Amino acid sequence: MKEIKAVEITRAVMELVKRANFSLRKDVLSALRKAYRCEKNKRAKTILKMILDNAVYANKENLAICQDTGLPVVFVRIGQNLKISGNLKEAINSGIAAGYKKYSLRNSIVLNPLLRGKSGFSPCVMHMDIVFGDKLKLILLPKGFGCENKSQLRMFKPTCGLDEIKKFIIDAVKIAGADACPPYVIGVGIGGTADYASMMAKQALLIKLSAKHSKLEEDLLKQINKTGIGPMGLGGRTTALALNILTYPTHIAGLPVSVNISCHALRSAEIVL
Amino acid sequence: MKKINTPLNFNKIKSLKSGQEVLLSGTIYTARDQAHQRLVQAIKSRKALPFGFRDAVIYYCGPTQTPKGKIIGSCGPTTSSRMDGFSNLLLIKGLRGMIGKGNRSEEVRGAIKKHKGIYFITYAGCGALLSKYVKSAEMVAYADLGPEAILKLEVKDFPLIVAIDVQGRSVYGED
Repeated sequence: MKEIKAVEITRAVMELVKRANFSLRKDVLSALRKAYRCEKNKRAKTILKMILDNAVYANKENLAICQDTGLPVVFVRIGQNLKISGNLKEAINSGIAAGYKKYSLRNSIVLNPLLRGKSGFSPCVMHMDIVFGDKLKLILLPKGFGCENKSQLRMFKPTCGLDEIKKFIIDAVKIAGADACPPYVIGVGIGGTADYASMMAKQALLIKLSAKHSKLEEDLLKQINKTGIGPMGLGGRTTALALNILTYPTHIAGLPVSVNISCHALRSAEIVL
Repeated sequence: MKKINTPLNFNKIKSLKSGQEVLLSGTIYTARDQAHQRLVQAIKSRKALPFGFRDAVIYYCGPTQTPKGKIIGSCGPTTSSRMDGFSNLLLIKGLRGMIGKGNRSEEVRGAIKKHKGIYFITYAGCGALLSKYVKSAEMVAYADLGPEAILKLEVKDFPLIVAIDVQGRSVYGED
């Protein structure tokens, strides 16, 4: 049986912290470059140029792309034939804390959501999944909270029309408006339970922006880009770079829909051990 | 491009129009959620404030830790609307300018017009690039708040866009 030591996991997570926060995802960069080329609005074009320059500068200077280095969300996919020696969750959180400290990121986490108090670098939020095989896959998504604050969940009636769902998704983007650093990437989870739909919405942000899109995804993106919100909310055709939907079977009585919005600084990095 | 220097007295900002780009030089103070709550508590209980409010500029920003050899880390703006409930009182106390990202409430827009203040936005999600315009950073108050502490920043040609001007005109339009 293949074995991975906790210390190797910690080291891997530290590496992910660096990669995710200093280098923008390639697919996000390509989408931003394309948006820059296609944008007709002068101010929107200037802002997109700044965003691209920022990514280059952050990478060159080893600076965080954004000062909001997020609440680190770690997707953990554990091969069922893998043996892990040591404490997996502790190993991940140690890697987060050590990495965020080492790379001078931001200590944005308060231990008690009500009492608040002194902030630290960890813990992260983990989504665990057991999969076939003997590998361990770790994906880090540092989620900024300006955009996380714009998340929406609604439990629709099973008989509702598709138009109602589309309106809910587009309205979520309109409510985010200028506040959450457009151009956005929109993750949508449809089906499952309330919690599962929200998890899928978050997971949808991990899908490559260049992936093949359904007619529904394309149609929603087109409508979102017609709102004219634009980069920084100052107008233009680039309100969102992509919209990805994940679905799951659900109950005959319900239809949960969750929307998770990401700012343009959509950061994630993954590693397979 | 129009260049302005702090302190921002009314004469320096009265001709600025919403949508206009400006470069700001001088002193600005970082303050976000928890620092705002403390400032308002201090005002209400008539305690001394950690810096002079007259014609001052607050930047809604919580930078990363400062990397070795740098003046400041990544330091872009945070969402301004979370500070909406605190801004009126700070404007009454003499605060002139606010820098952040995104829209403000109608109450804040009204308060800006009434107290002849100004609200700027800066390039959101460009915190690495914005660090280039910060020439010094010094802890002023509430160090226990970590990234939410109040820092005094000296900036040079910090790029801004006027989002709400002294007449209350908003770049995002009005409700």
